[in-house]
Formats: sequence, structure tokens, C-alpha cells
Amino acid sequence: MKEENDDIRKMLIILSKATLENVYAAFILANGARMEGIEAELFFTFFGLEAINKKKLEHLHVATVGNPAMHIPTLLGGLPGMESLATSMMKREMEKIDMPEVHEFLDILSASGVKLWGCKLAMEMFHLKEEDLYDDIDGVLTIGGFYNRGKGPGAHMLFV
Amino acid sequence: MEKMISGKQVSVNEEGFLTDFSQWNKDIANEIAKEENIQLTERHWEVINYLQEQHRKEIPMSIRKIRNSGVVDIKEFYQLFPQGPLKTASKIAGIPKPVSCI
Repeated sequence: MKEENDDIRKMLIILSKATLENVYAAFILANGARMEGIEAELFFTFFGLEAINKKKLEHLHVATVGNPAMHIPTLLGGLPGMESLATSMMKREMEKIDMPEVHEFLDILSASGVKLWGCKLAMEMFHLKEEDLYDDIDGVLTIGGFYNRGKGPGAHMLFV
Repeated sequence: MEKMISGKQVSVNEEGFLTDFSQWNKDIANEIAKEENIQLTERHWEVINYLQEQHRKEIPMSIRKIRNSGVVDIKEFYQLFPQGPLKTASKIAGIPKPVSCI
């Protein structure tokens, strides 16, 4: 194993949104790090908390409004049912490439040693308690607490 | 390129993965494992055999497939092969590096 300081040793990923495409991006980054022997931690803040909110995590949607890559005109994207349609289409495609659902993905991340942290401030804002969150989270942290997790060489931070 | 592993000349790529599975044997596996700081146990061999079996069936591996394999769970998989488990286990098994992002 190389020991140079420029190697990535740890990825600290902040998830601030709960649209499916963002949640998956953060999860794939975290899992991919572990698969390469790199440590990974996820910090769920603001709407990102929905990805570990037991009541919400099975019902996340793709964004059809304000998402130019969807190639749906903004006005149409806002019509009732459009998000559900786009979401079920995306879920079908993801199943084909063996992509797990959000809950299963959290199980995989947790078993792989990815640390999962809820943001204290956002939890207070949304009136969430730790028991409202996915059972295997590692705890609740302030942003300062999360920064402290990044001590040492080779730690990188990403904001999704 | 060519490399001597446990007294045998084998073809490997730049990351040390065997490029010809037919050249693989158990001594080579033990030697690669040693380079990865792993002492192979019965449990390691069960995982290696499973990976080779899937490789023969041309089924691409992912962490989700490991989870559903019934051979090993993810936690133990990481305990057996701590540094990038699927990559390391594939290398020891003499099969190509997995290409899946999951």
C-alpha cells in the first residue's frame, strides 16, 4: 500500500438534497470509495436528511423541474404525475443495472463501514429525532463535529 | 506483461491482475494474497471459489451480488479482504478486476 500524502484516504460526503439522482450520486461515491479501500463518511443535512428519514426514504423522486438533463419542458415537468412517471422509469432502468433501492443501499453502505451522520441543526429544523432516522446511522453531529472526522492526511470533502 | 509468481511465469496487467485465468493455481493465489497482507483461510477460499464460479458463468460481480450470494455477507467480506474487497478478492482469484461501480 502506498503511503504518500497525496493518496485519497478518506472521502467525507455531504448530502444536502433528497432527489434520487443526488442521493444515488452520494451513495455511489461512498460505496465506490470503500470498494477501493478508501474510508467514507456521509453527512445528511437539510433535505438530504430525507434519504435517512424512515418515513421518506422509500418515496424519493427524481427532479423533473429545474433539471435540464431530463429534457422535459419546465412547465410539463410540473404537471401532476410527471415526477412519479420519471421516477418509476428511472427505477426500472436502475434495477436493470443491479442498482439497489435506497433502503438496501443504506444497508450495503452501513455493512461496508461507511459512517452515516445526521446533521444536528437540520434535524432540529425539521423536528426530527434520532428514532425517526434509519436504524444503523452512527449518530448526530454538528458540522464542526463532521469536520473533525476529516483530520489526518488524504481526507477530501464533497458537497452534493 | 510477464511476472514471476511463486516460481511460475504468468501474464499480468499493470495492476497485477492475471490476464490468463488458465495460468492461475493455488500457490499463485497464496502469493498474491501475501502481497496484499492476507493469510488465506477456509473462508477466503469459499469466497474465491464463488468468484471463480461466477467468472466462469460470465456473471459480472458487484457488491450487491456478494450480498445476495449466500456465501458471505458484506461485513465479513470486508473483514476477509479489508482493502477494497471485491478488487482484492478478484486479484487473488486470478480473474479480471470488476468493472461495476456498485
